[in-house]
Amino acid sequence: MRISFYLNGEETHVEVPSERRFVDVLREDLGLTGTKESCGAGECGACTILVDGQARLSCLMAAAQLQGRRVTTIEGLAADGSLHPVQEAFIEYGAVQCGFCTPGVVLAAVHLLDRNPDPTREQIREGLSGNLCRCSGYVKIVDAVEAAARKMRGGTPQ
Amino acid sequence: MSIRMLEVGYPAPRFDARAKVTGEGKYAVDHSREDTLWAGAKRAGIAHGIIRGIDTSAARALPGVYAVLTRKDITGTNRQGIVHKDQPVLAGEKVRHCGDPVALVLAEDRDILKKALSLIRVDIEPLPGVFDPEKALKPEAPRVHETGNILQNAVISIGNALESFNKCDIIVEDSFAVPGQEHAFLETENGLAWRESDGRIVMVVSTQAPFRDRFEIAHALGLEVDAIRVISPHLGGGFGGKDGSTVQCLLALAALHAGGRSVKMWWEREESFIAGYKRHPVRMRYRLGAMRDGALHALECGLIYDTGPYAHLGVEVMALGMEHAGGPYRIPNTFIEGWCVYTNNPISGAMRGFGVCQASFGIERMMDLLASKLGMSRLDIRLKNALRRGDRNCAGVTLVHSTGIVPCLETLGRHSLWMESGKWKGAAGPFKRRGVGIAAVSNAMGYGRGLPDSAIAKVELTREGKIRVYSGVPDMGQGNSSAFVQIAGEILSQDASGMELIQPDTDRTLPSGSSSAGRTTYTYGNALIQACKELKEKLLHRTALMLMLDEARGLTLLPGKVRHLPSGREVPLELLGRFFPETDRIVVNQFIMPVAQDNVDTGKEFKIGFPHVFFSYAAHLAYVEVDELTGKVDVKGYLAVTEGGRIINPSGFEQQVHGAVAQGIGYGLMEEVLLDEGRILNPNFTNYIIPTSLDIPEITSVSVEMVESAEPFGMKGVGEVGTNAPLPAIAGGVEDAVGRRLSRSPLTAESMLRAMDRGPGVIE
Repeated sequence: MRISFYLNGEETHVEVPSERRFVDVLREDLGLTGTKESCGAGECGACTILVDGQARLSCLMAAAQLQGRRVTTIEGLAADGSLHPVQEAFIEYGAVQCGFCTPGVVLAAVHLLDRNPDPTREQIREGLSGNLCRCSGYVKIVDAVEAAARKMRGGTPQ
Repeated sequence: MSIRMLEVGYPAPRFDARAKVTGEGKYAVDHSREDTLWAGAKRAGIAHGIIRGIDTSAARALPGVYAVLTRKDITGTNRQGIVHKDQPVLAGEKVRHCGDPVALVLAEDRDILKKALSLIRVDIEPLPGVFDPEKALKPEAPRVHETGNILQNAVISIGNALESFNKCDIIVEDSFAVPGQEHAFLETENGLAWRESDGRIVMVVSTQAPFRDRFEIAHALGLEVDAIRVISPHLGGGFGGKDGSTVQCLLALAALHAGGRSVKMWWEREESFIAGYKRHPVRMRYRLGAMRDGALHALECGLIYDTGPYAHLGVEVMALGMEHAGGPYRIPNTFIEGWCVYTNNPISGAMRGFGVCQASFGIERMMDLLASKLGMSRLDIRLKNALRRGDRNCAGVTLVHSTGIVPCLETLGRHSLWMESGKWKGAAGPFKRRGVGIAAVSNAMGYGRGLPDSAIAKVELTREGKIRVYSGVPDMGQGNSSAFVQIAGEILSQDASGMELIQPDTDRTLPSGSSSAGRTTYTYGNALIQACKELKEKLLHRTALMLMLDEARGLTLLPGKVRHLPSGREVPLELLGRFFPETDRIVVNQFIMPVAQDNVDTGKEFKIGFPHVFFSYAAHLAYVEVDELTGKVDVKGYLAVTEGGRIINPSGFEQQVHGAVAQGIGYGLMEEVLLDEGRILNPNFTNYIIPTSLDIPEITSVSVEMVESAEPFGMKGVGEVGTNAPLPAIAGGVEDAVGRRLSRSPLTAESMLRAMDRGPGVIE
């Protein structure tokens, strides 16, 4: 089946079975390996992408569900080569360790800050509770999202 | 991005952070090649049995199946294993746990692979299994191996423990049990392999030990070691679970039968649970004797490690656990006996905290019990017995290096979280009970005696004038390779823009051991320091030649250049890079970690991995709240005080401490590999719950910086020590909250409800 969608701002067409998992379309058919797969069952959040700006699990989506939608993967987050404030903050605040959860957490955080530009630490924790990280204790991830939120609101970093 | 300083002591962002945050960084699982076949294993599904036959005909007949391999396709020993070679690559006669692979399928895609695996019929005659390590010790127990079920029985003893109990004013005893824990790294075991036209096998694999992997593969499959090249990019987590062959031998076997095509093997989460390694479940019996003033006098304990059907590093894990069974305390008389036992449970192996995590629960429960019997504060009794430099530890090793448990405990005792703990407990809401627990732990660094803990560093001035570090030891996420860049940057005065990093590749980098044992930054770092000093001297000498100077004095390295300070003249590194040939731009140097010099007359059963001489220390404090209605235990506040020598990168240090605490909280509160006759009941993240961002509190990390004079920059490994304290600290907090003694983990809501219903006493 021919499926058309906007991928990181570009009109994209793929010829795949309609039920093909979207994470496989991204990683195998399109070579975008920034999206990770860890549990394949919607439990860990590693495969998180943005679909029309909302965080979604690409391991649970069939290709046909993306017809006509706007998809952002981690590769498309940095516009014109400059990093998104969330990405910058993850680097600055030590929120990246092994990094396998990072693309998913970053995109979940982007969606969270889109919904709530000024979240409390507890709200950040709630917003990211669908994304497992096994390396950190989440503290630096929360620090980074807090800092990114400040920056995006135009405040000065602490 | 701004220029990145690399001075040691500065919290420089990880060298790989940008690549990871943009998705550009490639893990093993992100590698692909044209024309790749998918490989997968048919697993036994039965914990113990004799293989009567394997019918692969239907699978072979399926279109898209390239090959189906069984034991008879292996020409080598078919035995893998790090120390003990007791694990078959493909089981041919007998299966010893549910995850044993009995056939290997190569197929055109994953759907065909799955279908083919389901078409293989394995005829296994079940044998009675043994699933309880204590029962496995009995003579009448079913035998996992013909040699019997005891892989190793050993004793570590100093003084005369058994007689010394007579002199003790007080003796406490108890028994404890801790279950298996899953590493749950997010990148499951995987690799991509192919055969080059010259017959060599190249493998890109998620591994903690690329150099050793070659030997394991070569031995199992009958290949020459140099016929295998292993490349180890960033790992998506490891924690010990990728130390030793996971996919490697199967994947190499597949590559040998793929007609030159590349082969990918990628375990799904459930397969990772079933076939991967676990933290050892341990049963413990403790007896601890002390004088009236709280001074410890005698320890007797027995530890039974369930290693599952194969050794992996079971003996070494047990050795380290026994070596730490007395905690970071001065105990003049000890008798520590261990049994490493085969069962038909899943395979136990290396995991962060390597046997110590389990024993720390035992000894710390005893310390709390002793404190309460003596009416002493839990902090005071620990401080009174805490090891100091010059003491002998419970294995009889003289502590001649930095020994920081006293300052850790003192720092904890002065911290507001300890000082104000009474106030916090008093403010519990309705139906909540609050308690505070502490734990003191240590963790050895390095392989220990009998196995040289060595690294070979290689550093190059590239033709383009960059400093390139060739790491020989994988970065599974702990950040060692970033520390290498920082060390080289410090010595060679470069910022991050002048640095390059090559991850381990057996063709390009040099053997530097496994990424394990809290050793990576220490051992490779020491080798790298020597190499960088040599390169620096070389660069200054060559610059003197270029500038027609009579001597190198007055020359100094600066980011991207060398300056002659008296004259202000400069030579860019780029010019130097082009000035001299490649052979002159590369420096190699090596290091072996020092070992204990005491002639310790105990633990003779351990040929390798005992004893150790370097230790990191930690004292942790947990604020714990138990819900009387649901039984749920929440950790509401956490303090981790760590002595790991001087810190190269404060941010990296904190990452390690936080991560260790989080994994330890998971181990304490919720993680348990549930088994029924060797079958895992919770082989996925739906039922095996690891902590989310809502389960881990804010963590306060304090470093007690002591200098480890045996270099590099005074540091020691800190990756593991923090994992050992959360379970005992939380257990202490729960005991404080509910007034019961705990003997098992994890401390689930169910166990708490049972405990609170039952009234005072021991929680069974």
